[in-house]
Amino acid sequence: MPKDGGIGASSKRREDIRFLTGEGNYTDDINLRGQAYVFFLRSDIAHGVLNSVDTSAAESMPGVVKIFTGADFEAVGSIPCGWQVTDKHGEVMQEPRHPVLAHGKVRHVGEPIAAVVAESLAEARDAAEAIVVDITDLPAVINMKDAVKEGAPKVHDDLTSNLCYDWGFVEENKGAVDKAFEEAHHVTTLELVNNRLVANPMEPRVAVGDYARGTGDHTLYTTSQNPHVIRLLMGAFVLGIPEHKLRVVAPDVGGGFGTKIFHYQEEAFCTFAAKACNRPVKWTSSRSEAFMSDAHGRDHVTKIQMALDKDNNFTALRTDTYANMGAYLSTFAPSVPTWLHGTLMAGNYKTPLIYVNVKAVFTNTVPVDAYRGAGRPEATYQLERLVDKCAHELGVDPIALRRQNFIMEFPYATPVAVEYDTGDYVATMDKLEEIADIAGFAARRKESEAKGKLRGFGVNCYIEACGIAPSNLVGQLGARAGLYESATVRVNATGGLVVMTGSHSHGQGHETAFPQVIAEMIGIPEHMIEIVHGDTANSPMGMGTYGSRSLAVGGSAMVRATEKIIAKAKKIASHLLEASEGDIELKDGAFTVAGTDKSVAWGDVTLAAYVPHNYPLEDIEPGLEETAFYDPSNFTYPSGAYACEVELDPETGQVTIERFSAADDFGNIVNPMIVTGQVHGGLAQGIGQALMENCSYDSDGQLLSASYMDYAMPRASDLPFYTVDHSCQTPCTHNPLGVKGCGEAGAIGSPPAVVNAVLDAMRSGGKDVGHIDMPVTPARVWAAMNS
Amino acid sequence: MTQVKMTVNGKAASGDVEGRTLLASFLREDLGLTGTHIGCDTSQCGACVVHVNGEAVKACTMLAIEADGADVKTIESVANADGSLNVIQQAFQDHHGLQCGFCTPGMVMSASALLKDNPKPTEAEVRHYLDGNICRCTGYHNIVKAIMAASGQDVSALAAE
Repeated sequence: MPKDGGIGASSKRREDIRFLTGEGNYTDDINLRGQAYVFFLRSDIAHGVLNSVDTSAAESMPGVVKIFTGADFEAVGSIPCGWQVTDKHGEVMQEPRHPVLAHGKVRHVGEPIAAVVAESLAEARDAAEAIVVDITDLPAVINMKDAVKEGAPKVHDDLTSNLCYDWGFVEENKGAVDKAFEEAHHVTTLELVNNRLVANPMEPRVAVGDYARGTGDHTLYTTSQNPHVIRLLMGAFVLGIPEHKLRVVAPDVGGGFGTKIFHYQEEAFCTFAAKACNRPVKWTSSRSEAFMSDAHGRDHVTKIQMALDKDNNFTALRTDTYANMGAYLSTFAPSVPTWLHGTLMAGNYKTPLIYVNVKAVFTNTVPVDAYRGAGRPEATYQLERLVDKCAHELGVDPIALRRQNFIMEFPYATPVAVEYDTGDYVATMDKLEEIADIAGFAARRKESEAKGKLRGFGVNCYIEACGIAPSNLVGQLGARAGLYESATVRVNATGGLVVMTGSHSHGQGHETAFPQVIAEMIGIPEHMIEIVHGDTANSPMGMGTYGSRSLAVGGSAMVRATEKIIAKAKKIASHLLEASEGDIELKDGAFTVAGTDKSVAWGDVTLAAYVPHNYPLEDIEPGLEETAFYDPSNFTYPSGAYACEVELDPETGQVTIERFSAADDFGNIVNPMIVTGQVHGGLAQGIGQALMENCSYDSDGQLLSASYMDYAMPRASDLPFYTVDHSCQTPCTHNPLGVKGCGEAGAIGSPPAVVNAVLDAMRSGGKDVGHIDMPVTPARVWAAMNS
Repeated sequence: MTQVKMTVNGKAASGDVEGRTLLASFLREDLGLTGTHIGCDTSQCGACVVHVNGEAVKACTMLAIEADGADVKTIESVANADGSLNVIQQAFQDHHGLQCGFCTPGMVMSASALLKDNPKPTEAEVRHYLDGNICRCTGYHNIVKAIMAASGQDVSALAAE
């Protein structure tokens, strides 16, 4: 029977009330007294020498407060990169300066050149049109392989080339991997593109800077997944503002998907300009601006090979990837194709030898960084497409080949430097076969064929790594930050409590799920617990929400802080009950003395902590408030198996998703309703990548897909009802909740299943093309069917 | 500047607007009704859907002066008189039809317009009707389910989860 509260209950989301009634408080809903508005004049040229920016005519336009150009930011720091990768030769990556406003050159369409602050947004936009920008066009480098050729135009003149780094992993294994390929019974080779995407949270980015001249305090309201990270990066590296004079607030945030992790120029600009103009300065991105200024995702070009022995065992894997960095290094960009990608290349399989090479390349495009999954979808896509191709080349069943090569024993140390603590890949595949009704596929195919359609079935497995940690390890790997999380639990006198967490909720439902954990631990109703997040002024230093880390890392910090609360409360209870502390038990919101009927309620203990009349003041302090920082000892490793069934119209090339089934192992689950919703959303983004979405540049660096008229966002009619199951649960062994994370699985696990299904449908129509690149649009399918 | 007068959520509202001021901006900036959201600039996303004279309208496709004299309803007027969620809002909460909440006001306003015209829509009809409302969080599964549930249909067997 479903629980009605605590861990495992599908508690309804309390945050829904304000969102459903229009009372959410998103950053664009914040308007400060006397605020001015900024409009950024952005480059419409991908690569060029910025000769001059003449603002003289614009300055006398109505409503203009002040106009800024790159020259105003010469004394200001570079937008920092948070991860330094060391290449296969032991050299650190090339790291260009990233100015707040372009100076000297423009390097991608959308790069801000000037910023007009005016009384209204309309006046700022009008004045921007009067700015005269003189740019000498330079040839743009867009294609990665062209960009690294000898003599290619350089995105950054002060770097030696457009190669950011050439990473080898594990470099020491390369010889053994190559030898295994020489000795292989069969080698399958696949070349593919992981298409460039735009994250597209429905709320565009917004920043409001404020400055109090009387105190010297800065405040930035921003659409961020991690306000503390923004405070540190912007304060310490860009503007030189110490943390105690800089407050960063990320209120209700309308989706993130990775692209709101990063520190952006507009945040630094609004903070800087608020002081320079001595009034609040607000920027609200239009969707068109978002397409050319939000960090993009994916964009890998890969050649991958599998070596197999005569019994179809995987013996070695090697992969070469070109990863697009765009024109500058966004906050976590260098880590995505390396430590978030290379470490996942074992997937669910016991391949003993693996070598990963990644060349990260600068191009005249928008910076590329983490997008839902970040590196793990790229790893999963190439591996799971490759395994399918192996099966078809060898004439064996794709599921059987996967099962044969599954990792069966845990913990399992992969040849790519990570140790999976738990998993049961047979169980999730068994569950998938059941919920996907594989047995009924043949009949469904016949039905489709009767309508003149082709039907295909595709499957894939996935493994992901969430809650990236521990901090000392990631530091060795190049992270310039720790990856712990924090929580302060403040119990009030009458027993209610507030958790101030460094995690940030932008759709994940923390305000509902986190209280379920504490309610379970103490035995009090969830409504007595409130979650506070998103404001550096009232929560301890935390690293925020991304990489499916909130519950595994932030939730664990909250558990640790609550354990401290309970330990202290037991001391107080033992005093009140005149019993030994060791005999005190907490159950259902009351402290009891073991083996007796003596008890004291939670609320009486909390009251005693704040009204300490009868209290052991000589032993413990009054009050009941504790903070914990939790630094995980390992990643968590959610895994699963997904299946997709498509119908393909051979006349038009149109593909429709008829069924999609997901069997996931997320370890323990706090709120099944929220977890299911997270998988749904991930699936939609993965299916979107597979069928529709593509961020496209022409050879001059013009962004062709810069609005919802051109970038195909999945709509309700493009998607089916999904079948989602998370009953296979192998709890994580190293965090107190046994949870693994569920936010990215859907986006990681779905693209290969879709493409495998499309290829299966095409084969059933007599056309075996081996591979088709995403997005699998009608035009591409039709062309492949008729090639 | 031109003065516009309209009825918004049952109350008289007026303001001086430029010819280019969109209804969405007027509602948000002049009237402080920030429940109406702006998610794009090409009239695609539907986060700004309101009702104008009973019809669902994207408030970013309409100039404020075009709404002069109109009866406008926004998400802020949807809840029951006692402040509790109405049947559509309640269905969205019951079926987890929202995550970040940004597209939600537009979804609810579109859903109520749909159910007014088509009280028992099929799944396909719901999906088709929502073509002008983009959600990036939910994958639409629970939105479609919530709207069908709000119409009084049994959704328990719609899809396994």
